[in-house]
Amino acid sequence: MERDKNFILGVYEDEDVLLDAISKVRGNGVKIHEVYSPFPVHGIDDVLGYKRSKLPIAAFLFGLLGTILALTMQFYMMKIDWPMIIGGKDHAAVPDFVPVTFELTVLLAAFGMVGVFMIASNLKPWGQPRIFDIRITDDKHVMAIDLAVNSSMAESQLTDVLKNSGASEVNFKSFE
Amino acid sequence: MGHSTTNYNLDQKFDFTAGLKKSIFAVLIIGAVILTAGILMAALGGGHDEAHAEGGHAFHWYQRLYANLWINNVYFTGIAVIGVFFFAIQYAAQAGWSAPLLRIFLSFGYWLPFAGIIMIVSYFIVGHDVFHWTHKTLFDLNSPDYDKIIDGKGAFFFWPLEKGTFPAFFIIRMVVFFGAWVLFFNKLKNLSYQEDLNPGNQTWYKIRKWSALFLVFFAVSSSVSAWDWVLSIDTHWFSTMFGWYVFASWFVAGLSAMTLVTLFLKERGYLEMVNENHIHDLGKFVFAFSIFWTYIWFSQFLLIYYANIPEESVYFIERMESDVYSPFIFVNLALNFFLPFLVLMTRDSKRHGIFLKLICSLIIIGHWFDFFLMVQPGTLGHNGGFGLMEVGMFLVFGSLVAYVVLNNLSKRNLIAKNHPMLEESYHHHI
Repeated sequence: MERDKNFILGVYEDEDVLLDAISKVRGNGVKIHEVYSPFPVHGIDDVLGYKRSKLPIAAFLFGLLGTILALTMQFYMMKIDWPMIIGGKDHAAVPDFVPVTFELTVLLAAFGMVGVFMIASNLKPWGQPRIFDIRITDDKHVMAIDLAVNSSMAESQLTDVLKNSGASEVNFKSFE
Repeated sequence: MGHSTTNYNLDQKFDFTAGLKKSIFAVLIIGAVILTAGILMAALGGGHDEAHAEGGHAFHWYQRLYANLWINNVYFTGIAVIGVFFFAIQYAAQAGWSAPLLRIFLSFGYWLPFAGIIMIVSYFIVGHDVFHWTHKTLFDLNSPDYDKIIDGKGAFFFWPLEKGTFPAFFIIRMVVFFGAWVLFFNKLKNLSYQEDLNPGNQTWYKIRKWSALFLVFFAVSSSVSAWDWVLSIDTHWFSTMFGWYVFASWFVAGLSAMTLVTLFLKERGYLEMVNENHIHDLGKFVFAFSIFWTYIWFSQFLLIYYANIPEESVYFIERMESDVYSPFIFVNLALNFFLPFLVLMTRDSKRHGIFLKLICSLIIIGHWFDFFLMVQPGTLGHNGGFGLMEVGMFLVFGSLVAYVVLNNLSKRNLIAKNHPMLEESYHHHI
């Protein structure tokens, strides 16, 4: 069976049941593909065993890029390309550069962070995000389990694990 | 998650041990010895400068002592009042995470009565040497020293009396600010201790009401006190950002002091419900307000630098072109911006005590330098500097404040045990 195509979905009504279920399901040796939720559930990263996000590193690097870009740009414009005397100061009056540098640092850090996040979570403008169950935008939590990854277990076995963990329904979903 | 909440000891008291008292006294004595050495050196070697003195103002060694007294007065007053301010903020914001730390914030206020007495008494001793505007001749039309600009500002100090006499308005403000701060502190303190005896939410609502009133008063008084006690030293010069600038400096120094006391208590086994999430939040405050201070400092600087109007830029010329003070501008920015910014940027450094302790200690020293740079150039000019007297006075004040704060902290419950949000704070998780 191919990976990332066929999923078994456990649907949960309540986030406390969900948190409990994640531990139970993982305790049974099942590898969870992803959990979808209409709102942020506190502590879900811990029970899912997620490592800390690397997003801050991306933010820092994009911020650093913004700083370098802003300083280079201003030095080039003000000192090399078109030197002007403003207020009797040196062409490269560094304190004057600080606000622009600050703004570009913040701008690039913010844009970079949003961009990286969108790409990493498959929310980029091109391509279609996969909807496992339309109700995750409303009132249901959905736990997706990749059948290929858990091929050591039978589908009926996985269904039992999900049911026992408190899922209100168990569905199958395949993507082309 | 899922911690049992019943086994925290909510009646714990901080034990201010004899050993700890001894260490604080040791610092006090070391500070006093260094201060005395500094005074002796200045007094014995100070005669040389009088020959160079210009404009009829001879420089005396004790002026440097006075300036130092004033720096530490203002600085530690700020740290004390910020403790009360931060306590009040927690209530106004209905914050739950900080519930076990509230008494630590509040205990800084115990320095306020001392600070007030020292400041008012020392004004009458040091005022003439610290504040240029106290000179009578500035307001005398027939005097060659007559200063039109200072005369125009005179009423701010001397109203309703005649300019150049007794600075009634200035003193009234000082008394009113300290009086009101101490009153608010006492009210909040008493309510907080009352809460220990009365379970329920009623006291919390009362504290919130008084906190809100204090915050309104502090918003105005912190700015005006900054004009009075610091800005008026450079009497000709003014900056509309100055109130915020002094407040920012006080706030970040106060936050660092509160974080240090929290870490210190935690290390000694108190406050077991305070975990790295609470420490992280304190670290975030220190980090954020270091940047806030830098923002204010730079905004004040940039506008003056860019406009380059002589009567404004003189303030920075006095500091940047001076052999005595120019290195400290970089010390100031390095300790108060670059180090906290780069070191506290990562999550881990805010969650683990060692980095936070280092940075908070450096910030407390760094913001002392900030006040040093605000006060000394205007009072001492080229006769100022950083030497034994400065180190000694800082240690003397620092150890006294530490003693007063810790001693009072040890007298009552360390934790506001009936605070309605204690349970929430146990589960604080970020």
